[in-house]
Amino acid sequence: MPSLKDLRNRIASVKATQKITKAMQMVAAAKLRRAQAQAEAARPYAERMAKVLGNVASGVQIGPETPRLLSGTGKTDTHLLLVCTAERGLCGAFNASIARLARDTANRLQAQGKTVKIICVGRKGYDILRRTHGKLVMELIELRSVKVLGFENAEEIGKKVLNLYAEGEFDVATLFYSRFRSVIQQIPTAQQIVPAEIPQAAEEAGSGAVYEYEPSEQEILEKLLPRNVSVQIFSALLENGASEQGARMSAMDSATRNAGEMIKKQTLTYNRTRQAQITKELIEIISGAEAL
Amino acid sequence: MASFPFELVSPERIIFSGDVETVVIPAAEGEMTLLASHAPMMTSLKTGFLVVSSGKGEERILVQGGFVDVGPKGATVLAERAMPVSELNGEILSREISRAETEHETVEDPVLKAAAADTVAQLREAKASLGM
Repeated sequence: MPSLKDLRNRIASVKATQKITKAMQMVAAAKLRRAQAQAEAARPYAERMAKVLGNVASGVQIGPETPRLLSGTGKTDTHLLLVCTAERGLCGAFNASIARLARDTANRLQAQGKTVKIICVGRKGYDILRRTHGKLVMELIELRSVKVLGFENAEEIGKKVLNLYAEGEFDVATLFYSRFRSVIQQIPTAQQIVPAEIPQAAEEAGSGAVYEYEPSEQEILEKLLPRNVSVQIFSALLENGASEQGARMSAMDSATRNAGEMIKKQTLTYNRTRQAQITKELIEIISGAEAL
Repeated sequence: MASFPFELVSPERIIFSGDVETVVIPAAEGEMTLLASHAPMMTSLKTGFLVVSSGKGEERILVQGGFVDVGPKGATVLAERAMPVSELNGEILSREISRAETEHETVEDPVLKAAAADTVAQLREAKASLGM
Protein backbone atom coordinates (compact mmCIF):
# COMPACT_ATOMS: atom_id res chain seq x y z
CA MET A 1 0.00 0.00 0.00
CA PRO A 2 1.65 3.24 -1.10
CA SER A 3 1.81 5.95 1.50
CA LEU A 4 -0.03 9.24 1.13
CA LYS A 5 3.18 11.01 0.22
CA ASP A 6 3.88 8.52 -2.56
CA LEU A 7 0.42 9.05 -3.98
CA ARG A 8 0.77 12.82 -3.83
CA ASN A 9 4.06 12.63 -5.66
CA ARG A 10 2.65 10.35 -8.28
CA ILE A 11 -0.30 12.65 -8.95
CA ALA A 12 2.02 15.65 -9.21
CA SER A 13 4.22 13.88 -11.72
CA VAL A 14 1.29 12.82 -13.90
CA LYS A 15 -0.01 16.37 -13.77
CA ALA A 16 3.37 17.68 -14.98
CA THR A 17 3.38 15.16 -17.82
CA GLN A 18 -0.12 16.16 -18.75
CA LYS A 19 0.95 19.78 -18.98
CA ILE A 20 3.72 18.81 -21.38
CA THR A 21 1.52 16.68 -23.60
CA LYS A 22 -1.11 19.39 -23.64
CA ALA A 23 1.48 21.96 -24.71
CA MET A 24 2.86 19.63 -27.37
CA GLN A 25 -0.63 19.10 -28.71
CA MET A 26 -1.21 22.81 -29.04
CA VAL A 27 2.15 23.38 -30.69
CA ALA A 28 1.43 20.54 -33.11
CA ALA A 29 -1.97 22.05 -33.90
CA ALA A 30 -0.38 25.39 -34.75
CA LYS A 31 2.33 23.75 -36.81
CA LEU A 32 -0.20 21.53 -38.54
CA ARG A 33 -2.09 24.51 -39.82
CA ARG A 34 1.09 25.90 -41.36
CA ALA A 35 2.23 22.57 -42.75
CA GLN A 36 -1.18 21.93 -44.24
CA ALA A 37 -1.25 25.35 -45.88
CA GLN A 38 2.20 24.73 -47.30
CA ALA A 39 1.21 21.33 -48.64
CA GLU A 40 -1.91 22.77 -50.20
CA ALA A 41 -0.02 25.67 -51.76
CA ALA A 42 2.41 23.26 -53.37
CA ARG A 43 -0.25 20.94 -54.74
CA PRO A 44 -1.11 22.94 -57.91
CA TYR A 45 2.49 22.83 -59.08
CA ALA A 46 2.73 19.08 -58.66
CA GLU A 47 -0.61 18.61 -60.41
CA ARG A 48 0.30 20.80 -63.37
CA MET A 49 3.67 19.14 -63.56
CA ALA A 50 2.04 15.73 -63.83
CA LYS A 51 -0.32 17.05 -66.50
CA VAL A 52 2.44 18.63 -68.56
CA LEU A 53 4.60 15.54 -68.22
CA GLY A 54 1.67 13.39 -69.29
CA ASN A 55 1.10 15.61 -72.34
CA VAL A 56 4.71 15.48 -73.41
CA ALA A 57 5.32 11.84 -72.66
CA SER A 58 2.20 10.67 -74.49
CA GLY A 59 3.65 12.10 -77.71
CA VAL A 60 7.02 10.42 -77.31
CA GLN A 61 7.73 6.94 -78.58
CA ILE A 62 9.81 4.85 -76.22
CA GLY A 63 13.03 4.21 -78.07
CA PRO A 64 16.76 4.14 -77.56
CA GLU A 65 16.85 7.94 -77.45
CA THR A 66 14.19 8.31 -74.79
CA PRO A 67 15.69 9.63 -71.55
CA ARG A 68 16.38 6.77 -69.19
CA LEU A 69 14.36 8.45 -66.49
CA LEU A 70 11.26 7.62 -68.52
CA SER A 71 12.17 4.35 -70.16
CA GLY A 72 14.06 2.84 -67.23
CA THR A 73 17.25 0.83 -67.46
CA GLY A 74 15.48 -2.21 -68.80
CA LYS A 75 15.99 -4.22 -65.62
CA THR A 76 14.61 -4.17 -62.11
CA ASP A 77 17.52 -5.77 -60.28
CA THR A 78 18.45 -3.06 -57.85
CA HIS A 79 15.83 -1.11 -55.96
CA LEU A 80 16.40 2.10 -54.10
CA LEU A 81 14.02 2.86 -51.28
CA LEU A 82 13.84 6.47 -50.27
CA VAL A 83 12.27 6.41 -46.83
CA CYS A 84 11.01 9.78 -45.62
CA THR A 85 10.15 10.03 -41.95
CA ALA A 86 10.13 12.68 -39.27
CA GLU A 87 13.11 13.95 -37.31
CA ARG A 88 11.28 13.70 -34.01
CA GLY A 89 9.33 11.04 -32.23
CA LEU A 90 6.28 11.24 -29.98
CA CYS A 91 3.91 11.26 -32.89
CA GLY A 92 2.08 7.99 -32.50
CA ALA A 93 2.66 5.30 -35.08
CA PHE A 94 3.67 7.81 -37.75
CA ASN A 95 7.33 6.88 -38.11
CA ALA A 96 6.75 3.22 -37.32
CA SER A 97 4.13 2.73 -40.01
CA ILE A 98 6.27 4.26 -42.75
CA ALA A 99 9.24 2.20 -41.63
CA ARG A 100 7.11 -0.94 -41.51
CA LEU A 101 5.92 -0.42 -45.07
CA ALA A 102 9.51 0.13 -46.20
CA ARG A 103 10.73 -2.92 -44.31
CA ASP A 104 8.02 -5.17 -45.74
CA THR A 105 8.85 -3.94 -49.22
CA ALA A 106 12.55 -4.51 -48.66
CA ASN A 107 11.93 -8.04 -47.38
CA ARG A 108 9.63 -8.83 -50.28
CA LEU A 109 12.16 -7.57 -52.82
CA GLN A 110 14.98 -9.47 -51.18
CA ALA A 111 12.91 -12.64 -51.22
CA GLN A 112 12.58 -12.14 -54.97
CA GLY A 113 16.35 -12.00 -55.20
CA LYS A 114 16.65 -8.26 -55.86
CA THR A 115 19.25 -6.00 -54.37
CA VAL A 116 17.85 -3.34 -52.06
CA LYS A 117 19.45 -0.06 -51.12
CA ILE A 118 17.94 2.40 -48.70
CA ILE A 119 18.33 6.12 -48.25
CA CYS A 120 16.70 7.52 -45.14
CA VAL A 121 15.42 11.05 -45.02
CA GLY A 122 14.79 11.85 -41.39
CA ARG A 123 16.47 10.45 -38.34
CA LYS A 124 13.59 8.39 -36.96
CA GLY A 125 13.19 6.11 -39.93
CA TYR A 126 16.88 5.39 -39.80
CA ASP A 127 16.68 4.54 -36.11
CA ILE A 128 13.98 1.97 -36.80
CA LEU A 129 15.41 0.49 -39.99
CA ARG A 130 18.95 0.36 -38.67
CA ARG A 131 18.11 -2.59 -36.43
CA THR A 132 16.93 -4.91 -39.18
CA HIS A 133 18.33 -3.48 -42.38
CA GLY A 134 21.33 -1.53 -41.17
CA LYS A 135 23.59 -2.89 -43.87
CA LEU A 136 21.31 -1.75 -46.66
CA VAL A 137 21.16 1.88 -45.58
CA MET A 138 23.44 3.88 -47.85
CA GLU A 139 22.87 7.28 -46.45
CA LEU A 140 20.97 9.27 -43.88
CA ILE A 141 19.80 12.72 -44.87
CA GLU A 142 18.87 14.81 -41.88
CA LEU A 143 16.56 17.76 -42.18
CA ARG A 144 16.77 18.66 -38.53
CA SER A 145 18.31 22.07 -39.14
CA VAL A 146 15.65 22.96 -41.71
CA LYS A 147 13.02 25.20 -40.16
CA VAL A 148 10.80 25.86 -43.15
CA LEU A 149 10.98 23.23 -45.82
CA GLY A 150 11.85 24.83 -49.16
CA PHE A 151 12.07 23.42 -52.61
CA GLU A 152 15.87 23.58 -52.35
CA ASN A 153 15.86 20.80 -49.75
CA ALA A 154 13.92 18.51 -52.04
CA GLU A 155 16.06 19.47 -54.99
CA GLU A 156 19.18 18.48 -53.10
CA ILE A 157 17.80 15.03 -52.37
CA GLY A 158 16.57 14.81 -55.95
CA LYS A 159 20.03 15.57 -57.28
CA LYS A 160 21.54 12.86 -55.12
CA VAL A 161 19.06 10.33 -56.41
CA LEU A 162 19.64 11.39 -60.02
CA ASN A 163 23.40 11.15 -59.64
CA LEU A 164 23.09 7.65 -58.25
CA TYR A 165 20.83 6.75 -61.14
CA ALA A 166 23.27 8.18 -63.68
CA GLU A 167 26.02 6.09 -62.12
CA GLY A 168 23.88 3.00 -62.49
CA GLU A 169 23.55 2.41 -58.75
CA PHE A 170 19.92 1.37 -59.01
CA ASP A 171 17.20 0.57 -61.54
CA VAL A 172 14.02 1.50 -59.73
CA ALA A 173 13.49 4.09 -57.01
CA THR A 174 10.51 4.14 -54.70
CA LEU A 175 9.56 6.91 -52.34
CA PHE A 176 8.04 6.10 -48.96
CA TYR A 177 6.07 8.72 -47.10
CA SER A 178 2.81 9.27 -45.35
CA ARG A 179 -0.03 10.90 -47.21
CA PHE A 180 -2.06 13.35 -45.16
CA ARG A 181 -5.72 12.43 -45.22
CA SER A 182 -6.93 14.03 -42.02
CA VAL A 183 -5.69 14.68 -38.52
CA ILE A 184 -6.55 11.16 -37.46
CA GLN A 185 -5.73 9.43 -40.71
CA GLN A 186 -2.36 9.32 -42.41
CA ILE A 187 -1.73 6.75 -45.07
CA PRO A 188 1.76 5.30 -45.49
CA THR A 189 2.37 5.34 -49.23
CA ALA A 190 4.94 3.87 -51.58
CA GLN A 191 5.40 5.73 -54.84
CA GLN A 192 7.70 4.88 -57.70
CA ILE A 193 9.65 7.91 -58.88
CA VAL A 194 12.28 6.40 -61.17
CA PRO A 195 11.49 5.48 -63.91
CA ALA A 196 8.72 8.06 -64.03
CA GLU A 197 5.17 6.82 -63.86
CA ILE A 198 3.01 8.71 -66.29
CA PRO A 199 -0.42 9.49 -64.92
CA GLN A 200 -3.09 7.90 -67.09
CA ALA A 201 -5.70 10.61 -66.74
CA ALA A 202 -3.33 13.28 -67.99
CA GLU A 203 -2.54 11.24 -71.04
CA GLU A 204 -6.14 11.14 -72.07
CA ALA A 205 -6.68 14.83 -71.51
CA GLY A 206 -3.61 15.76 -73.51
CA SER A 207 -4.25 13.61 -76.52
CA GLY A 208 -6.55 16.16 -78.17
CA ALA A 209 -4.11 19.00 -78.73
CA VAL A 210 -1.14 18.99 -81.08
CA TYR A 211 1.73 20.67 -79.34
CA GLU A 212 4.55 22.71 -80.73
CA TYR A 213 7.79 22.29 -78.90
CA GLU A 214 10.50 24.83 -78.55
CA PRO A 215 13.26 23.59 -78.19
CA SER A 216 12.61 19.98 -79.22
CA GLU A 217 10.36 17.53 -77.41
CA GLN A 218 13.40 15.53 -76.42
CA GLU A 219 15.16 18.48 -74.79
CA ILE A 220 12.08 19.54 -72.86
CA LEU A 221 11.54 16.00 -71.67
CA GLU A 222 15.14 15.82 -70.55
CA LYS A 223 14.62 18.90 -68.42
CA LEU A 224 11.18 17.94 -67.19
CA LEU A 225 12.00 14.46 -65.94
CA PRO A 226 14.73 15.30 -63.40
CA ARG A 227 12.57 18.17 -62.24
CA ASN A 228 9.65 15.84 -61.78
CA VAL A 229 11.71 13.70 -59.39
CA SER A 230 12.44 16.72 -57.20
CA VAL A 231 8.81 17.82 -57.33
CA GLN A 232 7.62 14.38 -56.24
CA ILE A 233 10.09 14.39 -53.36
CA PHE A 234 9.06 17.90 -52.39
CA SER A 235 5.38 17.09 -52.28
CA ALA A 236 6.13 13.89 -50.37
CA LEU A 237 8.11 15.85 -47.79
CA LEU A 238 5.31 18.38 -47.43
CA GLU A 239 2.66 15.69 -47.06
CA ASN A 240 4.91 14.06 -44.52
CA GLY A 241 5.26 17.32 -42.60
CA ALA A 242 1.50 17.73 -42.35
CA SER A 243 1.03 14.06 -41.47
CA GLU A 244 3.65 14.23 -38.76
CA GLN A 245 1.99 17.17 -37.07
CA GLY A 246 -1.44 15.58 -37.43
CA ALA A 247 -0.20 12.32 -35.96
CA ARG A 248 1.51 14.14 -33.12
CA MET A 249 -1.57 16.18 -32.42
CA SER A 250 -3.83 13.15 -32.07
CA ALA A 251 -1.18 11.18 -30.16
CA MET A 252 -0.73 14.02 -27.69
CA ASP A 253 -4.47 14.52 -27.43
CA SER A 254 -4.97 10.93 -26.32
CA ALA A 255 -1.94 11.16 -24.04
CA THR A 256 -3.48 14.20 -22.37
CA ARG A 257 -6.76 12.37 -21.98
CA ASN A 258 -5.05 9.30 -20.54
CA ALA A 259 -3.17 11.47 -18.08
CA GLY A 260 -6.47 13.05 -17.03
CA GLU A 261 -7.97 9.63 -16.39
CA MET A 262 -4.93 8.53 -14.44
CA ILE A 263 -5.10 11.65 -12.29
CA LYS A 264 -8.76 11.02 -11.57
CA LYS A 265 -8.12 7.41 -10.55
CA GLN A 266 -5.16 8.26 -8.38
CA THR A 267 -6.94 11.16 -6.71
CA LEU A 268 -9.69 8.72 -5.79
CA THR A 269 -7.17 6.28 -4.30
CA TYR A 270 -5.49 9.16 -2.50
CA ASN A 271 -8.75 10.34 -0.95
CA ARG A 272 -9.75 6.80 0.04
CA THR A 273 -6.40 6.17 1.66
CA ARG A 274 -6.57 9.46 3.47
CA GLN A 275 -10.09 8.72 4.72
CA ALA A 276 -9.06 5.21 5.79
CA GLN A 277 -6.18 6.64 7.76
CA ILE A 278 -8.38 9.20 9.50
CA THR A 279 -10.89 6.50 10.36
CA LYS A 280 -8.13 4.29 11.68
CA GLU A 281 -6.77 7.11 13.88
CA LEU A 282 -10.26 7.84 15.19
CA ILE A 283 -10.82 4.18 16.04
CA GLU A 284 -7.52 4.13 17.87
CA ILE A 285 -8.42 7.21 19.89
CA ILE A 286 -11.94 5.97 20.70
CA SER A 287 -10.85 2.48 21.66
CA GLY A 288 -8.09 4.04 23.74
CA ALA A 289 -10.66 6.20 25.54
CA GLU A 290 -12.97 3.22 26.07
CA ALA A 291 -10.20 1.17 27.64
CA LEU A 292 -9.70 3.76 30.36
CA MET B 1 -8.68 42.92 -76.22
CA ALA B 2 -9.50 39.28 -75.73
CA SER B 3 -8.29 37.79 -72.52
CA PHE B 4 -7.31 34.27 -71.52
CA PRO B 5 -6.75 32.47 -68.23
CA PHE B 6 -3.15 32.45 -67.11
CA GLU B 7 -1.46 30.82 -64.16
CA LEU B 8 2.04 31.14 -62.79
CA VAL B 9 2.96 28.55 -60.20
CA SER B 10 6.20 27.97 -58.35
CA PRO B 11 6.87 24.82 -56.32
CA GLU B 12 5.88 26.63 -53.15
CA ARG B 13 2.74 28.47 -54.19
CA ILE B 14 0.56 29.98 -56.91
CA ILE B 15 2.02 33.37 -57.75
CA PHE B 16 -0.45 34.59 -60.31
CA SER B 17 -3.81 33.30 -61.38
CA GLY B 18 -6.39 35.16 -63.42
CA ASP B 19 -7.50 36.43 -66.81
CA VAL B 20 -4.88 38.38 -68.73
CA GLU B 21 -4.55 40.04 -72.13
CA THR B 22 -0.89 39.52 -72.87
CA VAL B 23 2.00 37.73 -71.22
CA VAL B 24 5.61 38.29 -72.20
CA ILE B 25 7.73 35.27 -71.33
CA PRO B 26 11.50 34.87 -71.35
CA ALA B 27 11.49 31.64 -73.36
CA ALA B 28 14.66 29.61 -73.84
CA GLU B 29 15.03 30.80 -77.43
CA GLY B 30 14.09 34.43 -76.97
CA GLU B 31 11.29 36.46 -75.49
CA MET B 32 7.81 35.87 -76.77
CA THR B 33 4.41 37.34 -76.18
CA LEU B 34 1.40 35.18 -75.62
CA LEU B 35 -2.00 36.39 -76.69
CA ALA B 36 -5.42 34.80 -76.45
CA SER B 37 -5.94 31.65 -78.56
CA HIS B 38 -2.26 31.05 -79.07
CA ALA B 39 -1.48 27.70 -80.71
CA PRO B 40 -0.79 24.91 -78.19
CA MET B 41 2.86 25.11 -77.35
CA MET B 42 5.38 23.91 -74.85
CA THR B 43 8.64 25.65 -74.15
CA SER B 44 11.20 26.06 -71.44
CA LEU B 45 12.14 29.29 -69.72
CA LYS B 46 15.38 31.02 -68.89
CA THR B 47 15.98 33.66 -66.26
CA GLY B 48 14.26 36.97 -66.87
CA PHE B 49 11.19 39.07 -66.30
CA LEU B 50 7.78 37.77 -67.11
CA VAL B 51 5.34 40.59 -67.76
CA VAL B 52 1.67 39.95 -67.23
CA SER B 53 -0.75 42.57 -68.42
CA SER B 54 -4.46 42.55 -67.92
CA GLY B 55 -6.88 45.39 -68.54
CA LYS B 56 -6.04 46.96 -65.20
CA GLY B 57 -2.29 47.18 -65.44
CA GLU B 58 0.79 45.07 -65.61
CA GLU B 59 2.78 43.01 -63.20
CA ARG B 60 6.41 42.01 -63.50
CA ILE B 61 7.68 38.76 -62.08
CA LEU B 62 11.25 37.55 -62.01
CA VAL B 63 11.40 33.90 -63.04
CA GLN B 64 14.38 31.58 -63.10
CA GLY B 65 13.89 28.59 -65.32
CA GLY B 66 10.82 26.45 -65.76
CA PHE B 67 8.30 25.52 -68.40
CA VAL B 68 5.41 27.12 -70.21
CA ASP B 69 2.45 25.06 -71.27
CA VAL B 70 0.10 26.85 -73.62
CA GLY B 71 -3.04 24.85 -74.14
CA PRO B 72 -6.28 25.55 -75.96
CA LYS B 73 -7.86 26.82 -72.75
CA GLY B 74 -5.09 29.02 -71.43
CA ALA B 75 -1.48 29.12 -70.38
CA THR B 76 0.37 27.76 -67.39
CA VAL B 77 3.88 28.63 -66.33
CA LEU B 78 5.70 26.20 -64.08
CA ALA B 79 8.56 28.30 -62.77
CA GLU B 80 11.50 26.78 -60.94
CA ARG B 81 11.80 29.94 -58.89
CA ALA B 82 9.64 32.99 -59.20
CA MET B 83 9.29 36.24 -57.35
CA PRO B 84 7.03 39.21 -58.05
CA VAL B 85 9.06 42.38 -58.47
CA SER B 86 7.07 43.97 -55.64
CA GLU B 87 8.59 41.40 -53.25
CA LEU B 88 12.14 41.78 -54.50
CA ASN B 89 14.87 43.80 -52.93
CA GLY B 90 18.59 44.21 -53.39
CA GLU B 91 19.42 41.73 -50.67
CA ILE B 92 17.36 38.89 -52.14
CA LEU B 93 18.80 39.55 -55.58
CA SER B 94 22.37 39.52 -54.29
CA ARG B 95 21.68 36.22 -52.58
CA GLU B 96 20.24 34.77 -55.77
CA ILE B 97 23.23 36.00 -57.73
CA SER B 98 25.73 34.41 -55.37
CA ARG B 99 23.71 31.18 -55.45
CA ALA B 100 23.84 31.15 -59.24
CA GLU B 101 27.55 31.92 -59.14
CA THR B 102 28.31 28.98 -56.87
CA GLU B 103 26.28 26.78 -59.16
CA HIS B 104 28.28 28.09 -62.11
CA GLU B 105 31.50 27.22 -60.31
CA THR B 106 30.51 23.78 -59.10
CA VAL B 107 28.77 22.40 -62.19
CA GLU B 108 31.02 20.55 -64.60
CA ASP B 109 28.71 19.73 -67.46
CA PRO B 110 29.47 22.36 -70.16
CA VAL B 111 25.82 22.84 -71.14
CA LEU B 112 24.74 23.39 -67.54
CA LYS B 113 27.72 25.64 -66.93
CA ALA B 114 26.76 27.86 -69.83
CA ALA B 115 23.20 27.97 -68.57
CA ALA B 116 24.39 28.95 -65.09
CA ALA B 117 26.60 31.69 -66.56
CA ASP B 118 23.59 32.96 -68.45
CA THR B 119 21.55 32.99 -65.26
CA VAL B 120 24.21 35.02 -63.47
CA ALA B 121 24.27 37.55 -66.29
CA GLN B 122 20.49 37.79 -66.41
CA LEU B 123 20.24 38.27 -62.66
CA ARG B 124 22.88 41.00 -62.70
CA GLU B 125 20.98 42.71 -65.48
CA ALA B 126 17.74 42.40 -63.56
CA LYS B 127 19.39 43.92 -60.51
CA ALA B 128 20.74 46.83 -62.52
CA SER B 129 17.44 47.47 -64.29
CA LEU B 130 15.61 47.65 -60.98
CA GLY B 131 18.23 50.00 -59.58
CA MET B 132 18.89 47.91 -56.48
